[in-house]
Amino acid sequence: MLPFILKRVFQSMLVLVVTGAIAFSMFTFVGDPIDNMLGQERTMEDVERLRARLGLDKPIPVQYFKFLNEAAQGNFGVSYRQGREVSEIIMERAPATLELAALSAIFAVVMGIVLGVFTAIRRDGFAAHFIMSASLIGVSLPTFLIGILLIYLFSVELGWLPSFGRGEVIKIGGWTTGFLTESGLKALILPAITLGLYQMTLIMRLVRSEMLEVLRQDYIRFARARGLSERVINFRHALKNTMVPVVTVIGLQLGAIIAFAIITETVFQWPGLGLLFINAIQFVDIPVMAAYLMMISVMFVVINLLVDILYAFIDPRLRVSAK
Amino acid sequence: MTEPVLSIRNLTVEIPTRRGLFKPVQNVSYDIHPGEIRGVVGESGAGKSMTGNAVIGLLDDPARVASGEIWLKGRRIDNLSAEEKRAIRGREIGMIFQDPLTSLNPLFTIGEQLVETIQLHLKVSATEAKERALSLLDRVSIPDPMTRFDQYPHQFSGGMRQRVVIALALCSEPSVIVADEPTTALDVSIQAQVLDLIKELAEETQVGVILVTHDMGVIADTTEQVTVMYSGEVVESGTTDKVLSAPEHEYTKSLISAVPRPQVKLHRFPQVSYGGRETTFKIEDLARNWRKPEPSKSGKLVEVKGITKKFLEKSAILPSRRTYFTAVDEVSFDIKDGEVFGLVGESGSGKSTVARMIGTLLPVDGGQINFDGDDVTAMSAADMANYRKQIQMIFQDPFSSLNPRMKVESIVAEPLIHHKLLPSDQISGRVHELLDRVGLTRAAAAKYPHEFSGGQRQRISIARALATQPRFLICDEPTSALDVSIQAQILNILKDLQEHLGLTMLFISHDLPVVRQMCDRVGVMKQGQLIEVQDTETLFANPRQEYTAQLLDLMPRLAQLSG
Repeated sequence: MLPFILKRVFQSMLVLVVTGAIAFSMFTFVGDPIDNMLGQERTMEDVERLRARLGLDKPIPVQYFKFLNEAAQGNFGVSYRQGREVSEIIMERAPATLELAALSAIFAVVMGIVLGVFTAIRRDGFAAHFIMSASLIGVSLPTFLIGILLIYLFSVELGWLPSFGRGEVIKIGGWTTGFLTESGLKALILPAITLGLYQMTLIMRLVRSEMLEVLRQDYIRFARARGLSERVINFRHALKNTMVPVVTVIGLQLGAIIAFAIITETVFQWPGLGLLFINAIQFVDIPVMAAYLMMISVMFVVINLLVDILYAFIDPRLRVSAK
Repeated sequence: MTEPVLSIRNLTVEIPTRRGLFKPVQNVSYDIHPGEIRGVVGESGAGKSMTGNAVIGLLDDPARVASGEIWLKGRRIDNLSAEEKRAIRGREIGMIFQDPLTSLNPLFTIGEQLVETIQLHLKVSATEAKERALSLLDRVSIPDPMTRFDQYPHQFSGGMRQRVVIALALCSEPSVIVADEPTTALDVSIQAQVLDLIKELAEETQVGVILVTHDMGVIADTTEQVTVMYSGEVVESGTTDKVLSAPEHEYTKSLISAVPRPQVKLHRFPQVSYGGRETTFKIEDLARNWRKPEPSKSGKLVEVKGITKKFLEKSAILPSRRTYFTAVDEVSFDIKDGEVFGLVGESGSGKSTVARMIGTLLPVDGGQINFDGDDVTAMSAADMANYRKQIQMIFQDPFSSLNPRMKVESIVAEPLIHHKLLPSDQISGRVHELLDRVGLTRAAAAKYPHEFSGGQRQRISIARALATQPRFLICDEPTSALDVSIQAQILNILKDLQEHLGLTMLFISHDLPVVRQMCDRVGVMKQGQLIEVQDTETLFANPRQEYTAQLLDLMPRLAQLSG
């Protein structure tokens, strides 16, 4: 098991070094930050001074090493636009996105598995057919359209839920949460559904097809021949086997939920990292963009690592070969 | 005589199809007494498994019991509700399936699966269930039950898994066990052990066993009563001795005569001639268009010199810490022109690995293979293409060795196109000719493989192998997946090919009677080593190695049959 994990960790590091290079290259190749930071009224001396202060006069490999070193400590420099530490801005925005992503992920995984299992067991029922057809909508409609439709229905027409923002939030230490107020919770519903709908339909369809496959296996027949009840067969024997391939996809999708929160956050004016990133792009705020890119890739890599380890826990065949 | 524990009376199962009702089981009746083993024998599709499934209440939709009765210990069970049937399953009637590799859930330990079943049926505490599970594992002769209890199915060998499956079927002391081809997927030696275990258990626990099989040898060795089924109906029933020694029905007679005899060598395999199934082949016609293979320079077409194959068993970063499993250990033999050379041995003995190395599907880790004097392991790409054209392979599983997305025409044409053997306008004609020769119609060309039976698919494989007019044919267990009657057809085709076309063949099989009929010389493999090479007759009459003698001894014999 240990060599397996070490190997994966090593591969993850490699991935991070490469994405680090991409993030770093933005500083050098997407315009000159000096131009962005100093206005029209600048002298050559100002330019030189700032260049030296930011370390931009050093050779590129040295700059890259310095960047990696700083990034590893969570230091991405100063935002060009806001003039504050990037890490501070990110810490401020992260709770909004993480809460939204967590809720969407729970929604997607729970509903996806429940509906997937349901449509697999009641394969020929009316409800299963209806859910399957409806799920096509979830897969085919773009996220922003779903968001707008939901806003139109629940905010504009029915007036039940707010159309934008986080509502009232409570500050606990450095963390702001919307889970503790009614308006905060209400504000979470629409964005969470919008963000999680695609992942939910995907997980559901995957669970369904895997489950159908598993139910055809001999050991399910044999479980029936042993006299086990349908409930035990479906939820103990079949579901666990179904989850083996599904776990990988769920892991990747969780990363995607955070990474693609951008669109949902824009539609709902959600004050999270996605919105921060969109604004950073508009103003060519490279340190923020680089930090966001690094953060997302770290997240993907960590989730993948966890999925690989989890895999070995579910499937004993992998555990033994790794021993 | 005691009361039967299970009676099947005039059972008919029907499946509604678009073309009307199809009846896979018609008017089947038989009884099982306590402690008795009843064999149910017949070809695939004869309805033997379907009857077993009906007994245990596990017919797949849309199949249903149309008429007839099933009585278990004086209680009628065919008309029970699904829930009542479930209560009987596992408790009163146990089941053993064919493939022990797939009938256990891979994600649960053996212990978990046993305890689950015991607790379900016997309503005992977890500790008691565990004790019972351990004693069951011990009962089916699994060594070291304490350790095995916490292991997963993949840590068991095929034979051990089948023992676990039997233990699971015995969990709640059932009165009847339906064993559906319980040893078909196992080696001869393991098969003998598992059958002995079933016999012992039947005697000891007085459980009645329905043993469904297509193997006459198993019937002869194990059962007391036998029921012969043909296309859904019982054609003959009686004590095993009587049915095998003096069969009354024509089908039974021809089925028994089709079983390859280990004792004597016959020129052709007798076919099951009942029901107008005999297919004629025109191999002689094929010979007219066939360029006779040139004789090889030395008289030995294939010379295998000390080939070795190692597989990585445990990977490690440091080469010194890696461990290897030697699948083939310095094997050497020659195959003469026009000879059929047999390789026998248990599974895992390295037979197929040798075939794959000769077929260049696996690289050799040492040694040399000469084909007509040229070293195959050191050939240029052009020579290799030429070599591949001259050898062809036929694989064991006719289901997975044909691409399901390709039409038969494309499958057979592929070697012709790949090796650029014919101009494109002649390919179609050649394909039809080949299909014709192996007894398939031209209409077959436009179909997909799934529309054919196992035997027909194997004939497609043969047509494909013949497309390049090879000099050397490698047959890796070509009939192990087939019924006795189909096996006879395929083996006769191969024999004819060999005779009329002068083909040289490497014939791999674990079925010794078949090998005796097919091969001129035989090599015996054990744990990667070739331990004995002899003329077939000498080997069967006077095996030199003790291991060979053991293998010969384990062959299920139809002692009742003479001739």
